[in-house]
Formats: sequence, C-alpha cells, structure tokens
Amino acid sequence: MESLTFRHTTQKALPGAKAQAITGVVASGNLEVLLERALPASECTVEIETPIRGYGEVWAAVVADFVARAQPGGLRITVNDGGARPDTVSLRLLQGARLMEV
Amino acid sequence: MSGWRQERAVRDARIEAGRAHASGKVVAAEHAVALLEAILRPGDRVCLEGDNQKQADCLARALSGCDPSRIHDLHMVQSGIVLPEHLDIFEQGIARRLDYSYSGPQGGRIARMLYGGQIELGAVHTYLELFARYFVDLTPNVALIAGVSADREGNLYTGPNTEDTPTVVEATAFKNGVVVAQVNEIVERVPRVDIPGDRIDFVVEADQPFYVEPLFTRDPAAMTETQILMAMMAIKGIYAEYGIRRLNHGIGFGTAAIELLLPTYAERLGLKGQIATHWALNPHPTLIPAIESGWVKQVHCFGSEVGMDRYIRERSDIFFTGVDGSLRSNRAFCQTAGLYACDLFIGSTLQIDLNGHSSTVTQNRVAGFGGAPNMGSDPHGRRHPSDTWMKAGREAQVTGDPALMRGRKLVVQIVETFGEGLAPAFVERLDALELARKIGLELAPVMVYADDVTHIVTEEGIANLLLCRTADEREQAIRGVAGYTEIGRGRDRAMVESLRQRGIVRRPEDLGIEPLDADRSLLAARSIKDLVHWSGGLYEPPAKFRNW
Repeated sequence: MESLTFRHTTQKALPGAKAQAITGVVASGNLEVLLERALPASECTVEIETPIRGYGEVWAAVVADFVARAQPGGLRITVNDGGARPDTVSLRLLQGARLMEV
Repeated sequence: MSGWRQERAVRDARIEAGRAHASGKVVAAEHAVALLEAILRPGDRVCLEGDNQKQADCLARALSGCDPSRIHDLHMVQSGIVLPEHLDIFEQGIARRLDYSYSGPQGGRIARMLYGGQIELGAVHTYLELFARYFVDLTPNVALIAGVSADREGNLYTGPNTEDTPTVVEATAFKNGVVVAQVNEIVERVPRVDIPGDRIDFVVEADQPFYVEPLFTRDPAAMTETQILMAMMAIKGIYAEYGIRRLNHGIGFGTAAIELLLPTYAERLGLKGQIATHWALNPHPTLIPAIESGWVKQVHCFGSEVGMDRYIRERSDIFFTGVDGSLRSNRAFCQTAGLYACDLFIGSTLQIDLNGHSSTVTQNRVAGFGGAPNMGSDPHGRRHPSDTWMKAGREAQVTGDPALMRGRKLVVQIVETFGEGLAPAFVERLDALELARKIGLELAPVMVYADDVTHIVTEEGIANLLLCRTADEREQAIRGVAGYTEIGRGRDRAMVESLRQRGIVRRPEDLGIEPLDADRSLLAARSIKDLVHWSGGLYEPPAKFRNW
C-alpha cells in the first residue's frame, strides 16, 4: 500500500450545497471516491490509498489537472484505489465533483 | 520421363501411394497418418490450413503423428500458427522451415522457439502477402485443408467459414500439388459446392468437427466508459467529418463500442445513411443492433463467427450467402476489399512510438500480423476517388502540382493510453525493435508504419497527423493525446495548445462532447443477452459468452 496526500489552493468554492457524495466501486482496475464539503472554500485535499507503489508523479498530475478543471474548493476527497488507470481516476473525480454540484 | 512434366509424374506417384489407404477418395480418420506418410516427401512445402478462425485440427494431429525418420524437413507455408501441433512438428523434426502470418495464442512459444533456433524462419507475412507468394515462390506441394462436408467425389462444402480454402486449393491443385480435405461428415450431396471435387484428392472423415475460435465476439458487459468516450470522439470527430461509408473495423473494444453507438449516439447526431453503410468485416455480433436499425447496407466477410450462422442466413440482404442460404466468406477477397474498396481502417494496437509507428509485439511474444497491415495501410495502387479519400488527400501535405494530388485512405489507431497491467500504449521505442534484434529478424515487426497512420484517438483526444507539417509537430500531436503516460507528461504544453488552435489536436470539449456523458446507457446493447434479443433469438452465442 502507498498513501499519498495532495493539498491544493482553489480560486473558488465548488458550487452546490451537497455535503457528501460517493462514486465508483472498490474493484480491480477501479476506485471509490468519497467527497465531503469539509474545508474552507479556497482549499481542496485529495488523500489516496493505493495498492500500487511508485505512481506518485502520475497521481500528482491527475489531481492537479482535476483541480484546475473542476475548481473543487472546500472539498476533502478520499480515494480508495483498486489499481485504476489514470484516465479512470480522472473520470471518477470529475463524476464525483458533478455529484456534489447538484 | 519427359523433361517438362516431372511435377505431374511426382503428383501421380503420390496419389497412387495414397490410394492404398483410401476407398476411392475417402480415408478413415484412423488412416490419416498412413495417408500423410504416403503422400508427403521430405522437404515438401506444406500448407496446414489454419488461420485466426478455423483449423484443420484432425490433419494437424495426423501430421504430428508421422514418423520423423520418413517425413522430415518440411517447409510449412500457412496463415496461422495457432494449435500446439503447429509447433510440435518443429520440435519433432518433421518440419524445419516456416513462412506464416498469424500466431496469436502461440505467440509466446513461437518466440522461444525462434530464439532457440528450433524454427528456420522465412518471414512473417500479412495474409495477402502469403497468399500472393503461394502463386509465385511458396506454392504448396501438399495442402491439408478443412471443410464441413464432402461427397465421395470430393466436392467440398466449406460452410460459412470458407476463409482461406479457395486460395490454398487454387495454388496447390493447379500446380501439381496434392489436396487433402478433412470434413466433419461425408454426405450423399453437399449443400453447395464451394470447391469442385476434381481439385480435392483425398477426403478424411474427421473424428470430431473442426475447431473454430470465436475471435470476433466482444461482450458489451465489459465495455468501459473510457472506450465509450473514445467511440463518441471517433464518430463525431472522424466518421461524421469525413463522411465515412466504406470501412473496416479491428477487433478491439473501442471499435466494438463504435458499432454499439451507431443506433444510439450516432443516430441522435443525424448520421444514419451518411456513415458506416458498407463494410469489409467479419460478422461481429456487436454489429447486430446497427443492422437491425437499418444502418448497414452490406457486409462482406473474411470468415464467419461462432453463433452468427442462423442470423446471417436470415439477413441475406446484408451478407453474402450461397444457394444453401449460409454465409460465403473469403479471406483473400475480403482483404482485397479492405485494402482497395474501404476509405477507413480503425483498429487498436499495443504500442505507438513518437513517430506514430505501431506494433502489437511485446518483448516475449510474436503475435504475427494477420491482415491488419493491409487493412491499416494507404494503398498506392488505388485509382478511384471518393469524397472521403479526396478530403484526406487535401489535408495531407501536397507536394508538386496540386492537380496531380492523390487521395488518402484514413488509417486510425484507437487506443487507451494505458493498457493491461498499466502498460503505457505510448513508448519512446517499440519492443518490436528489441525482439527483432534478439531473434535476428531483418525487418522489425511493425504492424502499421507511421506514414500510413492518419489519426490517433485516445480518451484524451484526437491527433490528426495528416495536418502536421513538421516532425516536431507530429511528435507533439502524439504526445498531446498520450494522457498521463511518460510520453504524454513530457509534452510541450504551449505547442500542444497551438496545435489545438489549428485543429490538429482536438479534445472532447472541442468536439462538443462532455466526457461525463460517456455512459454505458449509450450502448445499444449492454450484454450478450441484449445482442440475442436484438437478433430476435437468431444469434446463438458460444457457451463461454452465456453468462446469464
């Protein structure tokens, strides 16, 4: 297992009022994403538990692109990874953010 | 013996020797080994029929049962190295030299044997190349082929899986060779004559029906959102823009997703009748919903597909069928159709380098080529225009007098940036080069060369390589769709953005596609069972796909 934490500053809060959402599944090649509105509007954290070591740089790039695109201010995001490919991670993060905007 | 008919005399002697084990032309399965030992000579060129679908497996077992002290040093010239027996005969010393084209399931073992020097390799060909050489310098002395049934005269019914048989028989029978057919049964009268009896010398009644691999069945249940997103981009960014009507698809999940999006997503875009009407394609089960929705006008097939026979029989407006009602496939003709009559090939691959060369070879496997390099190439002998072909020609760099411009076939690679086991699809250097060095191949096994590729589709976007004007632009266009692979992360972001402004790199949002809309609910069928329903119960999936 490897634990990674990324902290980002955002320009604005994610719209919507939903307090919490969950998307994806814990399965091989997939991942589960828990999103909670628990931080100040200018902050976002992503905490990752992954069974595959050595992909820190890729996770950093995926998370940075997600934050730039979704501006998920105020979210604490927890990822339970099952060895998902980066494109799947990116898709699940965006799906999660959309669920929180409802 | 007259000097100009020696081959004929040798053939007559072989037939005479074989007759000792036959009743007329018919040979019982238990005498197959004796028959082969009688008709074969050391050093013969032999085609043991087998490709990526049907297999002359009874005759393969018989050949492997021959006595190596009598039958040895054979030169095998055949499409597929698929069954264990195809390689056993090299270990036994029965065969020595090999020219072939496809080795899917035996890819690992053949690599080890090539490396160990147990096989003397001529070359790895494409199907069409090997067929062509059958008529020039690799003509078989003996062909061992497979059919469904035969009568006592040798008239052969190949059934829906005609595949390579007419080509193999043509080359062998008309050049003094001996043709042996294994059939599932001997009948009074065959349903249709696929090969006339005077081209078949012996008929072996097989102990069990010949094996066919269901290679073209993709279960919609396993299709991912990423594959659906890529399919949406291909439809909107390529099929619609170039108005592609005549086409060929590879066998991956990305192209199967395109087939399943035609009656749903593409229908909503108003593209029915504008794209994907005429096909050179095996009868993919995932094409059923598009056929049933009236999208498809016509399909010619390389071979058949397990479970599709009843469906095809009831859809003769779409498929080529014989007087008996069942499919007539033909690999050589369909390959030619894919090469010269189609405006687009789209398929998947395992590795793409920074120029756009691609390969399905990994360090330890030689999978061979099959037909992909022919489908995935721009044929310089084409001389008829189409709107699609001319548009692609205009996009490519025109040198010299524009009035002498030729069109271009679209050759599209559709790949996820990471494959099985997080293996990146984009690499600095193809594994094929290392393999070629290791086993001493003069020509590295490249599936599709860079100068034939026109577009690369990944989940990140579409790179249009036709529009690139320099090597640098080309490299950055490829990096620009390579996602989070090392190649992708090594991009020059400013340059990729400028390529995006010029439409050379296009993102989903540039095409008006929202990635979050790429949902399994877009698939016309979400399971094999759905495909059965679409077919009105006519599609009969093989057992391994019946998961309900």
